[in-house]
Amino acid sequence: MAKKLSDAHPDLNDVVFVGIQQGGVVVGNDIVLAIQQINRAQKVQYGQLDITFYRDDIRKEILTPDTMNIPFAIENKTVVLIDDVLFTGRTIKAALDVLLDYGRPAKVELCVLVDRKEHRQFPIQADYVGVTVETKKDDKVKLINKEVVLIAR
Amino acid sequence: MQLSTRHLLGIKNLTKEDISLILSTAEQFKEVLQRPVKKVPSLRDVTIVNLFYENSTRTRFSFELAEKRLSADTINFAASSSSASKGETLLDTVNNILSMKVDMVVMRHSASGAPHFLAQHIPAAIINAGDGINEHPTQGLLDAFSIKEKTGTLEGRKVAIIGDIMHSRVAQSNIYLLKKMGAEVTVCGPPTLIPKYISGALGVNVNYNLKETLEWCDVANVLRIQLERQNQVLFSSLREYSLAYGINRNLLDSLHKEIVIMHPGPINRGVEIDSDVADSKQSIILQQVENGVAVRMAVLYLLSGRKD
Repeated sequence: MAKKLSDAHPDLNDVVFVGIQQGGVVVGNDIVLAIQQINRAQKVQYGQLDITFYRDDIRKEILTPDTMNIPFAIENKTVVLIDDVLFTGRTIKAALDVLLDYGRPAKVELCVLVDRKEHRQFPIQADYVGVTVETKKDDKVKLINKEVVLIAR
Repeated sequence: MQLSTRHLLGIKNLTKEDISLILSTAEQFKEVLQRPVKKVPSLRDVTIVNLFYENSTRTRFSFELAEKRLSADTINFAASSSSASKGETLLDTVNNILSMKVDMVVMRHSASGAPHFLAQHIPAAIINAGDGINEHPTQGLLDAFSIKEKTGTLEGRKVAIIGDIMHSRVAQSNIYLLKKMGAEVTVCGPPTLIPKYISGALGVNVNYNLKETLEWCDVANVLRIQLERQNQVLFSSLREYSLAYGINRNLLDSLHKEIVIMHPGPINRGVEIDSDVADSKQSIILQQVENGVAVRMAVLYLLSGRKD
């Protein structure tokens, strides 16, 4: 995936990478490291984004927020959002809301490790996918110690 | 993680974990306040009434701003311009407001225990914004947040609280909080303004000597002399108070270290603190005000979800 991302973005000045807390940051850390090794001439810009305050199910349960750290301007840049699992699309929708409060990116792309394609609840799809899996709606797919784990119901 | 309580009535009934959770959540909200768009949709559709039976500028603005930054709907109530001046009771006023579907009540009242009374009678979450001479919990939290931000930790930190301890809800909330978080506290002021029971009841040191206290502490929280209580003659004159307990530049320069100066506002310049101290780089008075919004956002956010 890092190779694909690197090929698509030869000039790292125009692109920033943002991992979504918490799984997306774990995946993002590795991807950014790999991209940096492919393109040593330019520094990869990498931030972490937390969607806790933007969840649409906030009234059901109050969650403790994670750290948010976007130490660069996203105005007119291509932003590559990175997450571990793409399921209903609600997290990505919230992440887009967060992002737009930081500025107006030229373009937003989505990179996910696992795509559970058949369960989408919003019109959202990924540009870079590690693996697509077929799951039941009640199954849980999680990233545990950098391993993708399927918990079947 | 959740708070152990559905109201914020005082620091007294919070656990150490509650306090840590509020302070760490406030750090995230402080980040929100640095963004180009300083607003998050967390409390959309939550209605909050700000019920102020006593005058306030800072606290009321700070709560209102915190509510707006969280996208809550707010209504404001000031006792002087309401039916309270026609003799309506507190409970009647609040029940009338609640029947218009309000989720949270932020309340300041001159009677100690007023929010506790209300909490027993109405279903909304209640946040105490200062009750009489009892507590002012969000001030205690924002003071702690500011100390932590400036000096790194609360554990083992030496904090002096100086001035009218007897009538100060700020002092009481600060003491409860700092003791729970492992800080050491010394109160300092004229003997007439320090309750006799305080060192036994709250576990603080008492020192009537200002210079010694300042030499001991890392942080000095200087309280306002409440001019409205001057008819009680607890010290002979403001001038005498200022000479014995006022913080001035010469005094700070005579210390062997640089301490952090705090004040909850409003300042009586030239009484408890001189202008050149209040406006110096040692003072974090305006940072306290800035942090107040983030801390109140954290409290509102953490209390908004519980519907037992």
